[in-house]
Amino acid sequence: MLKVARLNELEIGEKGKVIKVNGKGEINRRIRDMGIVPGALIEVETKATLGDPIEIKVKGYHLTLRSSEAAGIDIEKTE
Amino acid sequence: MKEITVALAGNPNAGKTTVFNSLTGAHHHVGNYPGVTVEKKWGSIKHGDARVKVVDLPGTYSLTAYSLEELVARDFVVEERPDVVVDVVDASNLERNLYLAIQFMEMGAPLIIVLNMVDLAESRGLKIDVERLSELLGVPVVPAVATKGKGMKDMLNAIVTLPPKGDGWHPVDLSYGNELDGHIYKLTEIIEGSNLTVGHYPARWLAIKLLEQDEQVQRLVKDSDVGEDLLRKAEKVARHVHDTFDDVPEGLIADHRYGFIASICREAVHRTMDERLTISDKVDKVLINRTFGPLLLAGIIYLTYTFVFWTSEVPVSVVEGFFGWTREIITRLIPDGLMKSLIINGVIDGVGGVLSFVPLIMLMFFAIAILEDSGYMARMAFLLDRLLRYFGLHGNSVLAMIVSGGISGGCAVAGVMATRTLKNPKERIATILVAPFMNCGAKIPIYALLIAAFFVESRAMVMFALTIISWSFALLAARGLRSTVLKGPHTPFVMELPPYRMPTFKGLLIHMWERTWHYLKKAGTIILLVSIIIWAMSTFPKAPEELLAGKSGKERAEAEISYTVAGRIGKGLERVTAPLGFDWRTNIALVGGFAAKEVVVSTLGTVYSLGEFDPEASGVLSERLERQGDWSQLKAFSLMLFCMLYAPCFVTLAVIKNETKSWKWTGFAMAYTTVIAYVASLAVYQTGQLLGIGV
Repeated sequence: MLKVARLNELEIGEKGKVIKVNGKGEINRRIRDMGIVPGALIEVETKATLGDPIEIKVKGYHLTLRSSEAAGIDIEKTE
Repeated sequence: MKEITVALAGNPNAGKTTVFNSLTGAHHHVGNYPGVTVEKKWGSIKHGDARVKVVDLPGTYSLTAYSLEELVARDFVVEERPDVVVDVVDASNLERNLYLAIQFMEMGAPLIIVLNMVDLAESRGLKIDVERLSELLGVPVVPAVATKGKGMKDMLNAIVTLPPKGDGWHPVDLSYGNELDGHIYKLTEIIEGSNLTVGHYPARWLAIKLLEQDEQVQRLVKDSDVGEDLLRKAEKVARHVHDTFDDVPEGLIADHRYGFIASICREAVHRTMDERLTISDKVDKVLINRTFGPLLLAGIIYLTYTFVFWTSEVPVSVVEGFFGWTREIITRLIPDGLMKSLIINGVIDGVGGVLSFVPLIMLMFFAIAILEDSGYMARMAFLLDRLLRYFGLHGNSVLAMIVSGGISGGCAVAGVMATRTLKNPKERIATILVAPFMNCGAKIPIYALLIAAFFVESRAMVMFALTIISWSFALLAARGLRSTVLKGPHTPFVMELPPYRMPTFKGLLIHMWERTWHYLKKAGTIILLVSIIIWAMSTFPKAPEELLAGKSGKERAEAEISYTVAGRIGKGLERVTAPLGFDWRTNIALVGGFAAKEVVVSTLGTVYSLGEFDPEASGVLSERLERQGDWSQLKAFSLMLFCMLYAPCFVTLAVIKNETKSWKWTGFAMAYTTVIAYVASLAVYQTGQLLGIGV
């Protein structure tokens, strides 16, 4: 079953594959420059004290972004 | 001798600085790129029969027009046309690092890829077939371990053997999918048939940038004969992409770049073992843990300060000793008179007072270099972003705040310079404007003096309160500025958390020295000038003898100083400052404090005519202050609050001017802080008087 969620809805330790990066402008460009492109595999590593920002692993490195920015990224969850 | 210009590019944390340092050693020049505050470093090295000039480009992940660093890097390559672009690539993080390399290939720049940290990649089970990679990319690839100096010679060999400039640039023909390729081809044709190619811009690259809706390129083509046509066509493509893919063209382009990279990595990179947790990952499980992370952050900052104060104790006293000794020699050599007074009270006490802070500041920069080079600074931004964002700042503001004295003892000069990591001008200016509220090292002697005199029983409590108060004012002021004069959206916080690395000693020293030198130059020149001015103001005009007749000791000294310019200013300001509890003598000290806050203490010493004042012996002055009838706990607290908040010192203002490139903001920084200081002290003093607290 295909489970689609937004990146900010994923719990710590959950993994998935990027389906789509929504939005436009600087944030969209920056997110894609950093390797969050359709097909990329992502794992949520941790979240900061107030649950924001979040830290993910993508393309073998660690990246942080705010929850509001992660909300624009559609993920297909994998087990 | 053949001269070759090399532009050194690479992602942040890919080891570009290490490559640069190992090439040029400490012999390099530092400046700014024209018109912007992005630091430019260059140096040269002889290799065989060639002189290789290396220009360090800012570390970037991409080459868009959005960030200043990326724009600077790209402009340099397009406009200066270096003979070679060397892209330092982190082998353990190949895919994302190649994204930048691909963009240099799109420009057609003669490229050499330095595959750095191959040892680290191998230890993580990544086997990279260098030859295959070079073949697939069509550019030379040199494996290296820059921290151990490995591969540097091979890199230089590759640089001198690359075909010379005359050979022309060859933009790579990457496919961006059926949807866009046709459009790029068409736009390229239009550009080639126009007068646009006169510059150094490859036509195909311009076409791609137009589809990416790159603002700089849009401006560039606008005025050409085909400008309107190009912009209209690009706009049409954007609409089409939006309608059919619900996406933006630059998104599709980025996706295809990464697609191309993925296909290369599939062939050239082989995994020899399963991915597992690295040491760095394990350390992070603790250091950025949701519960312990913030506590450890506080602990690490505390340790940093302890380290700085502990290690600087001896060197500071050595430098102080040196100035004391110089003072004594000069006292003996030069006969009494104006010249002696100028040299001793003006130059040595002024400049010496600042220079004796240098060991402390050097060690502070050393400690900060450790936090930065090890990768912990990025974690601090991660942990504090949420809090700072609420007040209109950014995770990256944290560095500037802490350096300025977030835990007592920093320096706003260094803090203001540390705002360069902030991309958004509004967030950056807001940070610059509030950082001077922090309790810098120069305010500490003031607090120490007044606490010793009036708050002996609650020393630690008052000091802690002052820290909290300074943070509160800084954050609230930031919030205020960001919702009025600096209103604007938050910038994205999309940041790499680089793996923890052991900083190299050489790197730390270079880092420390660059910043210290900056401080020395600025502090030395301005402080010297201001010290002499303050000295002159509190020496002239000389009181006529008949006014001093019959007075001696304390009374005479007081009469002398109140006749001078400084004395008159102090008296003149009394009307304004009386509601805060300050008399004319305090006013003189505060005026002197504009130059540097520590001057407040030495001026108080002078105007209370206590003879030679030694900041180390603040106990003496504090005892005298305590005995003065017109001093109270309330007045002392009002003064501490005022000193914390009022105008940044001259050196800080000079740096603010330098960093903001604006007299308007520099003037604002001076004015609004003084207004806040006045209102805060007024409120405290008047409320205290009314309720009878601390009077």
